[in-house]
Amino acid sequence: MAQAILDFEKPIIELEQKMEELRRYADNPDIAKELSRIEKQVTQLQQSIYAGLTRWQKVQLARHPDRPYTLDYIGLITKDFVELHGDRTVKDDKAIVGGFAWLDKYSVMIIGHQKGRDTKSNLYRNFGMPNPEGYRKALRLMKLAEKFKRPVITLLDTPGAYPGLEAEERGQAEAIARNLLEMSRLRVPIIVVIIGEGASGGALGIGIGDRILMLESTWYSVISPESCSSILWRSWDFKEQAAEALQLTASDLKKQGIIDVIVPEPIGGAHRNHEEMARILKETLLDELGHLLKIKTEKLIERRVEKFSKMGATSG
Amino acid sequence: MSWFRRSRENIAPETQKKEIPEGMWTKCAQCGEMIHKTELEQNSYTCSKCNAHFRIGSKEYIEILLDSNSFNEYDRKLRSTDPLRFTDTKHYRDRIPEAIKKTKLYDAVRWGTGTIDKRPVVFAGMDFSFIGGSMGSVVGEKVGRSIDKSLKSKSSLLVVSSSGGARMMEGALSLMQMAKTSAKLGRLSDARIPFISVLTDPTTGGVTASYAMLGDINIAEPGALIGFAGPRVIKQTIGKDLPPGFQRSEFLLEHGFLDMVVHRKDLRNTISQLLSLLTS
Ligand SMILES: [Zn+2]
Repeated sequence: MAQAILDFEKPIIELEQKMEELRRYADNPDIAKELSRIEKQVTQLQQSIYAGLTRWQKVQLARHPDRPYTLDYIGLITKDFVELHGDRTVKDDKAIVGGFAWLDKYSVMIIGHQKGRDTKSNLYRNFGMPNPEGYRKALRLMKLAEKFKRPVITLLDTPGAYPGLEAEERGQAEAIARNLLEMSRLRVPIIVVIIGEGASGGALGIGIGDRILMLESTWYSVISPESCSSILWRSWDFKEQAAEALQLTASDLKKQGIIDVIVPEPIGGAHRNHEEMARILKETLLDELGHLLKIKTEKLIERRVEKFSKMGATSG
Repeated sequence: MSWFRRSRENIAPETQKKEIPEGMWTKCAQCGEMIHKTELEQNSYTCSKCNAHFRIGSKEYIEILLDSNSFNEYDRKLRSTDPLRFTDTKHYRDRIPEAIKKTKLYDAVRWGTGTIDKRPVVFAGMDFSFIGGSMGSVVGEKVGRSIDKSLKSKSSLLVVSSSGGARMMEGALSLMQMAKTSAKLGRLSDARIPFISVLTDPTTGGVTASYAMLGDINIAEPGALIGFAGPRVIKQTIGKDLPPGFQRSEFLLEHGFLDMVVHRKDLRNTISQLLSLLTS
């Protein structure tokens, strides 16, 4: 895997490299001792660094280019994934992928934003920024899931819906709005997971569900810290303050009553151990699915609408 | 989510302010015509020479669209509790009272019941003058309650939108107002109660991407800016000038996202006709 290293990760990575070197001489008892000392140090360092991360640093973690993306999770947690393409109207949007797959014993519809890892794949995926046909493809797949009574899992990871000319021509706003309405009354369970960036309407466009899960080091808000900085501070330099002000981390959103579950990440973040992250996510999904599948459809939809109806902070 | 820049900088041609000033005479920002207050009111705050539509608020729409004295307002004083204790260059808790003082409104939407040619309707009208018509918890909650009322009383819903998008100062809670209002509209739709959405200048961001675009009938006033992303952001992204008329009502009509573009003077009649066709 390519190594992109964030500033606050450096001391850990350095110690790990030192450990790597020492392991070659682990037969030597002195060195073995030194090794176990450093190992302890690394664990302590990781714990203290990750406990003290600022909101902006968590935003950086959420954008870490080595994090697992939708297709990585699909590969790691499901079997026999059959990808389905196209909105049947305009085109196939590569920034959103989806299809049927087996999650353990359940046949599910799994849909998510898809980013690329290098310039070429990022261009192909439009940096995970959907056009209207992406949202319409997602809705088509969800309607298929409804028709065949399959639960839906959506994975959110986008810097936003694409702000382009054609996107507006083809009704970006209408596509997102339609999804919000239709997802709120879809007659099968929906589990939503924020796996990276949850930027505004572009994320919410596939984000209505019965249970909202958020990985530990991800963000979800009405606007990115950079854009918020540029609008409210009229400068790009206040992104750290904007991230603090927006309160956009998983624990913030849990407090605000917007998400149901924080999914813990392996120490150091999802990008440090894809397999472990996938294992934790799969376990959580199976647990949630088991509960949701017991609920009668009418009840499920009523609860879903009520869930979002309660969100807000007003008085008088 | 670009209401702020637009409302303050006020320099780009697409952001010309057409608000009604004090005094007896008003100069049309589009053609320069001097219009007398009485004439302006008679023309529903449009220019009789060039048809420019001045930006007006819920109060004026109530006068223009509903039978006189039929409006009964609900939840007038509902206010945001500043859940994030949000601070940028200013405290949000200071912005709210300032906006209240300036506009004599409590937030960016008012709702209530009324009649149009004696037909009962639930009405919600937005005010761009209140923090750029931005949607936070109060706007979402009030629009939500108007939908509930419409559902319960089985009367048609009429929403007049004008908004720069979701309100940043309430973070993800503002985003969730899109979910709340759209989910409730799903219920209204299941109950087969008509929802007429009127989009006025400007309607962008989270409001467009939720209730404003979900009307059984979508109507816009002429020349209104309507879109998801703001024109500046799009221009920055694509690095090209935007074609004339881009994101204007007529452009949206042409691309299939509106049922009609209606002059403000004809709005009441058009809505009344539709209500008659849909509910008689
Ligand atoms: Zn004029």
